[in-house]
Amino acid sequence: MSPDNKSTFTLDGKTVSYTEGQTIIQAAMAAGEYIPHLCFNPEFKPHGSCKLCTVKANGRQTASCTQQPQPGMVVESDTKELNDERRALLQMLFVEGNHFCPSCEKSGNCQLQATAYQLNMMSPHFDQFFPDRPVDASHSEYLLDFNRCILCSLCVRASRDVDGKNVFALSGRGIKSHLIVNAKSGNLADTDFTGEDKAAHVCPVGVILKKRVGFVIPIGKRTFDEHPIGATPHPTVKGA
Amino acid sequence: MITQVNTHSEYLDPILLHRRHNANDLLQVLREAQEHYGYIHSDAIDYLSEKLNLPRSKIEGVAGFYSFLYLQPRGEYRVLFSDNITDRMLGNMDLMASMCAQLWVESGKLSEDGLLSINTTSCTGMCDQGPAMLVNNIAINRLSNERVSAICELIRERVPVSAWPAEFFAIEDNVRRKDILLGSSFKSGSALAVLQQRGADEILNEVKVSKLRGRGGAGFSTGSKWDFCRVAPGEQHYVVCNADEGEPGTFKDRVLLNSYADMVFEGMTLCARVIGAKKGFLYLRGEYRYLLDHLQAVLQRRRQQALLGKNILGIADFDFDIEIHLGAGAYICGEESALIESLEGKRGTPRNRPPFPVTSGYLNQPTVVNNVETFAATSLIGLNGGSWYAGIGTETSSGSKILSVSGDCDRPGLYEYPFGVTVAQVLADCGARDTQAVQVSGPSGVCIAANEFTRRIAFEDIPTAGAFMVFDQNRDMFEVARNFVHFFAHESCGFCTPCRVGTSLLSNMMDKLAQGFGSPYDFAEIEKLNVLLQSTSHCGLGHSACNSVLDTIAKFRPAYEKRLAHKDFVPAFDLDSALSQARQMTGRDDKGAHLEREDESR
Repeated sequence: MSPDNKSTFTLDGKTVSYTEGQTIIQAAMAAGEYIPHLCFNPEFKPHGSCKLCTVKANGRQTASCTQQPQPGMVVESDTKELNDERRALLQMLFVEGNHFCPSCEKSGNCQLQATAYQLNMMSPHFDQFFPDRPVDASHSEYLLDFNRCILCSLCVRASRDVDGKNVFALSGRGIKSHLIVNAKSGNLADTDFTGEDKAAHVCPVGVILKKRVGFVIPIGKRTFDEHPIGATPHPTVKGA
Repeated sequence: MITQVNTHSEYLDPILLHRRHNANDLLQVLREAQEHYGYIHSDAIDYLSEKLNLPRSKIEGVAGFYSFLYLQPRGEYRVLFSDNITDRMLGNMDLMASMCAQLWVESGKLSEDGLLSINTTSCTGMCDQGPAMLVNNIAINRLSNERVSAICELIRERVPVSAWPAEFFAIEDNVRRKDILLGSSFKSGSALAVLQQRGADEILNEVKVSKLRGRGGAGFSTGSKWDFCRVAPGEQHYVVCNADEGEPGTFKDRVLLNSYADMVFEGMTLCARVIGAKKGFLYLRGEYRYLLDHLQAVLQRRRQQALLGKNILGIADFDFDIEIHLGAGAYICGEESALIESLEGKRGTPRNRPPFPVTSGYLNQPTVVNNVETFAATSLIGLNGGSWYAGIGTETSSGSKILSVSGDCDRPGLYEYPFGVTVAQVLADCGARDTQAVQVSGPSGVCIAANEFTRRIAFEDIPTAGAFMVFDQNRDMFEVARNFVHFFAHESCGFCTPCRVGTSLLSNMMDKLAQGFGSPYDFAEIEKLNVLLQSTSHCGLGHSACNSVLDTIAKFRPAYEKRLAHKDFVPAFDLDSALSQARQMTGRDDKGAHLEREDESR
């Protein structure tokens, strides 16, 4: 598309160009700007469920991953009000599941943890739900630790739209929503999931874990240890 | 394995055939499949997966979303007590406890012999004749100790529900005040005759002139909606009637569909001609399953009368038919885009908007979604003209509104008024005394205190989808709000973080106050949650989930203050109550089995 077709909006005062069909976060990322997000992944169609990417567009709050900009739109993102709300959303995600960062093998490569650091989340604030979520270690190569699931559905979308397999789906409703796999037994080992699947590599937290490589890269030397999230728009996660 | 699948094929094949193996009808297939077994058997999912060419994960994902679909056995008798605040006020909790005791079953669990389960469900739309329950998805009202005991006996004797006394299933209309709609002597086909005479353009014009606004609560102009849809490009256009009347305290659609179904279907048919639709859906909430046979019969009669089907009234190329889809216990499906997802056999998650249904609705085609009452009103407008209708009500709220009145009053039921009626007038007419508050438009609406009873029912003052729950001076408004908050937590679809987690946090906070651990700190927390849910939730459910709490804190603060035993923050965790399981297991409740609380020991 030629530059002539480009329109612009402002993000925290900076002018950002966009092309027809792009959403605010897509245009922002293309311009090297960071808006906190979890369920959004530039490789997938925006979903709009985590709400972390909420911005103020012409004064109205909206998810920037699904909202298309308009010419001259004034978008606010890095404000105290919005970051306070994002922190509260993060705290909700932390208390909803069981997130024990110090003992989690995804520590340092986890987008939830990195975003919490970026937004200065110092405590979970709310009462913990401590849900009972058994892990699925049935697969020879991969472990599913549902305790860390934030229901972003990236694995669902990757398996369905890229792998054509539908290994993952969401079931339940409300606070009882949960990830399931495509097997009568409910076990990953009984699906056609493999490590080559796109779905094996999109989890922004620590649900889908390759076995036996968890600590090949030591904590302290991992992606977000070296490059805090937000410093660069979307670093590639190192390791398996 | 093969033989097992075959046993399921016996009842699944006719269902699949009837549904033309259409994967969009998955929810209907699952619902019908469950009627044969009481739950959806794991082997049945294998069979459906193969025949509908759907992954098992998708089928389980859909089944897991809806409260009335079960993937595990729930017994031959599945009893659900309606748990709206109006049922609570009529003693449903005691009745449920008594039933559990009589049948030796714990609520929420399958009985040890696998015979039955007893649980609560969201408002079943019988608030004018509660306490109410559903047994195997069929409504039973006016529960009393005698009726519950009789039901226990029938279950013990394993009498099939179809053989239970007919009076258990009697449902009254309770129409108390009729106006233009409930009082009309509408003849089926009469509005279509006007259409035949004057054409679709003029009918659309009359609907615009009438200034009719959607009766689901949002109040969007019906004429504009039909016009937007009419001009939207698409291979097909669709008409959808939203009869997923899930807002607690609302039951007008139940009566309209029971006694005024022709007006509703005729309105849908007018709309079809205006927007060029060949197919329509009535999305009926699962709680109104008992109306299905009646509605199918009305549709069949209308086909015979040439008011539905091919060449309606002999007009060439005027083809339109209506299919009924049943919901399965999900309030969120009353949100129009979630309803469309559900019609497409999916989980009822509201869509990202825009695009709106008028341009991209069912199967991404232009679709009009209107409320039951809206369609009924368009039949009247078609018949009597738009300016007649616009002359009734107020300047910005034309026509009449049907209120579903329940709670503390002598004559609960339906009251139809021209828009602009005061709350005080409704209270006087229904025989309410010593009224403390009225919850208008259900938990997502507004709580009105006595000093506001001069306010009017109208879009410009108190907009409403129809619920009108009355609370007298003896009622605890804190418990009203707590009931509503639990409702939202149960009905949140779980898609977005703020609503999924926030509604549960709010329920927990209200429970904390109820248990006497509240402090002013918790008030501030509730207000913060409200701001977050308002600004970041995906749809109206999250936006309005805190309304009842904020309203009651503002207007009935003493109900909260008497629960603030502490000036400073107190954690919800209580050592003594943590021992309750141990007490239950050991059967002890003596002093030695309790821990003293610090503030008591001083």
